[in-house]
Amino acid sequence: MLNTIWFLMIFVGIVYGIITGNIEVINDAILGEAGEGVTLTISLIGIMSLWLGIMNIAEESGLMNSISQVFRPVVRILFPKIPRGHPAERWILMNFIANMLGMGNGATAFGLKAMKELDSLNPHRGRATNSMAMFLIINMSALQLIPLTIIKLRYDYGSSNPTAIVGPTILATTLSTIVAIIVGKLFEGGRS
Amino acid sequence: MIDIVSKGIVPIIILTIIGHGYVKGVDIYSAFIKGAGEGLKTAIRIMPYLIAILIAIGIFRGSSALEMFTDLLRPITNLLGIPEEIVPLIMIRPISGSGGLGIVRDIIGNYGPDSFPGWVAAIMMGSSETIFYTIALYFGSIGIKDHRHTLKAALISYAISIFITIFISGLYY
Repeated sequence: MLNTIWFLMIFVGIVYGIITGNIEVINDAILGEAGEGVTLTISLIGIMSLWLGIMNIAEESGLMNSISQVFRPVVRILFPKIPRGHPAERWILMNFIANMLGMGNGATAFGLKAMKELDSLNPHRGRATNSMAMFLIINMSALQLIPLTIIKLRYDYGSSNPTAIVGPTILATTLSTIVAIIVGKLFEGGRS
Repeated sequence: MIDIVSKGIVPIIILTIIGHGYVKGVDIYSAFIKGAGEGLKTAIRIMPYLIAILIAIGIFRGSSALEMFTDLLRPITNLLGIPEEIVPLIMIRPISGSGGLGIVRDIIGNYGPDSFPGWVAAIMMGSSETIFYTIALYFGSIGIKDHRHTLKAALISYAISIFITIFISGLYY
């Protein structure tokens, strides 16, 4: 499916660009974004190294395990296939917590680590497990509690109450995450 | 207040973790080095996926084909009661986070932060995530080719959450 979407985005983009005489912009996008991918990777190296280093301290000191124990029931319900006490449990929780706190790249580092741990439980190489799918579906439903960038934006444009969006945002985020979990669970068992 | 919280959270987390580790007698310096060593490998592994997805997004956004789709969909979105101003945001949000933020800035700039479109856009931006990028990156990092139901489920959830968000925004406005 990603195969088709990737093709369609590029195909429609280039064809539409040619028709509307926008081909200059397309050229800039091709060259610019390829470089952007490298720049982004390099900036990610630093942040990911930092967070993986810090979190490895928490892993060795047992702090990560203590935090995981508190939230373990959540993981047990969402990811019944993960063996109790498996590292995937802890990294998934670290990713969720980092996401809730709005630590974008830190969350990504823990999330990729969680995927690696989930793959160690994968009986079919190259094929997603229910746990992986559920983990990503939850991630893509947004978890961040306080949308700081948006509050800042509202403040900059002179809102009379920039933080007024916090309540409805948390409610919307919570409900959409619940929806995502239900939809994700409904699809489990499907083969395609 | 928000500013203090947002700036303080990362240093406090780091302080807590290394403080706890030190007290517990962990060789925190070596533990850090060992963990950090994985950062480089992880980042390099995801680079091809990042480039692939950024190029597709860049071409698609640059061509302004999105505006065409937004216009084509307008009768349907109007029928569904979706505020016209936020349709571009709904379209770009699953594709690009920075693109979504740019559109929120436009909406807030044009209609004002306390207008209804500005209000809905802000809440929608805060309660949604990029979808294609996340799937490409996370599955790419461990070489998963068969994504099964992941994308379908994410898109269906996103569609439902749009209506939830508009409804909640209306309740609180």
